[in-house]
Amino acid sequence: MKIRATAAIMECLLEQEVDTVFGYPGGTILNIYDELYRYKDKIRHILTAHEQGAAHAADGYARSTGKVGVCFATSGPGATNLTTGIATAYLDSSPVVFITCNVTEATLGKDAFQEVDITGIAMPITKATFLVRDPAAIPAVMRQAFAVAANGRPGPVLIDFIKDVTFPGVEIEYEFVPWRENRGCAGMRELNRDHELKKPTPSQEDVDILLDMIAGAQRPFVICGGGVVLGRADREFKEFAEKLDAPVAISLMGGGGFPGSHPLTTGMLGMHGSRASNTACNECDLLIAVGCRFSDRVALNPATFARQAKIVQIDIDRAEIDKNVLTDHHIIGSARRVLAMLNEKLPQYDHSGWKARILPLRAPSVAGASDRLTPQQVLETIRVQMPPDAIVATDVGQHQMWAVKYLHFRYPGQLLTSGGFGTMGFGLGAAIGAQTAHPDKRVLHITGDGCFRMNCHELATVQHYGLPIVSIVFNNGTLGMVRQWQNLIYGQRYSETTLDRGPDFVKLAEAYGVRGFRAKTAAEMEKALAQALAERESAVIDCCLDIDEMVRPMVASGSEITDFLLSEGGES
Amino acid sequence: MRKQWDTEKKLYTLCVLTEDTPGILSQVARLFSRKGYNIESIVTGSTDRPHTARLSINIIADELVVNQLATQCRRILGVQAVKVLNEETCVRREIALIKVRAADHGTRDEIIQLANIFRGHIMDVDRESLTVWVFGTQSKNAALIQMLEDFGILEIATTGTIAIERGRSTIYDESKLKEEYEYGKNVL
Repeated sequence: MKIRATAAIMECLLEQEVDTVFGYPGGTILNIYDELYRYKDKIRHILTAHEQGAAHAADGYARSTGKVGVCFATSGPGATNLTTGIATAYLDSSPVVFITCNVTEATLGKDAFQEVDITGIAMPITKATFLVRDPAAIPAVMRQAFAVAANGRPGPVLIDFIKDVTFPGVEIEYEFVPWRENRGCAGMRELNRDHELKKPTPSQEDVDILLDMIAGAQRPFVICGGGVVLGRADREFKEFAEKLDAPVAISLMGGGGFPGSHPLTTGMLGMHGSRASNTACNECDLLIAVGCRFSDRVALNPATFARQAKIVQIDIDRAEIDKNVLTDHHIIGSARRVLAMLNEKLPQYDHSGWKARILPLRAPSVAGASDRLTPQQVLETIRVQMPPDAIVATDVGQHQMWAVKYLHFRYPGQLLTSGGFGTMGFGLGAAIGAQTAHPDKRVLHITGDGCFRMNCHELATVQHYGLPIVSIVFNNGTLGMVRQWQNLIYGQRYSETTLDRGPDFVKLAEAYGVRGFRAKTAAEMEKALAQALAERESAVIDCCLDIDEMVRPMVASGSEITDFLLSEGGES
Repeated sequence: MRKQWDTEKKLYTLCVLTEDTPGILSQVARLFSRKGYNIESIVTGSTDRPHTARLSINIIADELVVNQLATQCRRILGVQAVKVLNEETCVRREIALIKVRAADHGTRDEIIQLANIFRGHIMDVDRESLTVWVFGTQSKNAALIQMLEDFGILEIATTGTIAIERGRSTIYDESKLKEEYEYGKNVL
């Protein structure tokens, strides 16, 4: 059947069961938006305030659902505005298909108005880029793009259409093929319980070697990494950890992969890792990292990391093996498949002695009484009041560390945070994506004053679509994490980190038509959050905190993992 | 059980089998520049399979780095197989074209004799110069170039090194590793 090329693009989205796209129109992508107008009852478009917000929203949509997110932008500045969002998705392995249009074939390469080589720019921050110059290639490229984004280790893909391809007169041969039939494996669908990636198949031999290593270990220690979340392997991981009866550290990206309130959890590991996690890492004799790439924030000093241990890495991407930390054994495969194979033969162990050494080191964070509002009080209020299945999106910095240390996540996709790329301004976009995907859930956006300023214009999107997102701003009037380093390492020379300037976040919220609250005490915070949650409306809560609040504990970059620069505990 | 990597920096050859699509060369080359490694030489050419190109990349690095680069290469969509070869496991050859100053009979004769010793050929001649073609290992070609320096070298063009594994095994045996990065290719 012959149909318009742009209609084929829409049909290809429908093939993949895409019902929501995020984006921002412009000159070169006009034809696609014109087609979208005809498809508006089948595909919902969320117009953001800025392309970066659209990119983060598509990313947040993907992270919270396990589906592929889709984002549109025009050529030139529209495309380059996506790049921070693309890189954020790439570093955290989030499946997003970015669709841009470029100038006409006749002007390509001639520095035409709003022309940029976006496929070239995006090459290092995507799994693949496609430049489409032949309309007949549309179905094949679209199908492949979704397959690449969703399968194996997920990640972003960029398709750039030359404007000629989308001209109204262009027709191509097209037949609707549901994605299940054009791809041999389930990647696009929500990652439900029977979801299994097709490849790679874990080797039984490798699994047996690990089982032997486990049998010989006295002090095993497990890291729950982002791979557990992305592969939705939470159930398998829990069974594995409980059978192994070993302490479990949860990496930043692993939040939600293992219940934060589980008796075996030791919390985060690494730079802001708990004493329990970091000590366990130093003293264990077998370290099993599941879907974790030992980033420099976890393995602060790769040479001495887990020095007494045999290190085993379970990862879907062979390129992660021996990249940051040299390992003794590895298993290639999705966390789900590998853990299921391990669980099949794993007997119930008892490591009480080892647990008795590590688990008591956990120090519960306490929100002490104070005249002035403290981060602990804010988070305690959130923990008490938030619905247990509420989705939390964070930005980057102190508030991110506090939130992840303090709140306990229960399921994959509940925590949306930019771990790898550390993108300030990620949170509000991600919250928009998550709230769009889950209209029935509450979405909390935890942010700092520095981060919130970066993309607060997305409040316009929040207000327009009536998304009941509550933004909680940890306002300490500074770039807190940078100030913390300046305080501890740079002789208290606070170079350009003090944010003693506008805007007034309450007034700003009101200007966008969003409810604004200010909290200076714990009581005000409790009241504000209760009201914001009860009203089911978008709101911003400006939490006024002291400028010198610090994230505890802390180990300096490159140091020994137990060499704490700041100790745990709230007696600050 | 931890694998012991050879930490000495050596000349390795990465043979990369790729789809013959635009942009693939820059995608592969980018990996090297990103890790801060200079490519000693890079050669691209056709193979026995249609629409398939082969890159031969020479690089001086240690074994761990080279293997990391190889795994990173395998992740690229258009890459079909990657093989890491070294001095012992492969044969390497390159071609050099050397334009030498030769303005009189005596010099010309001498250069022709030298070229013969190295099994080279004279590709071009005029009253002031000779162009010598030589095929061999990099060190053999370098030896001839050194000998010709006495006459005054005007210009050199070399192909860079191509390499193939010794023995029965081929680069196609490596496609198993690449299978881990298949994303449902049946759609194309």
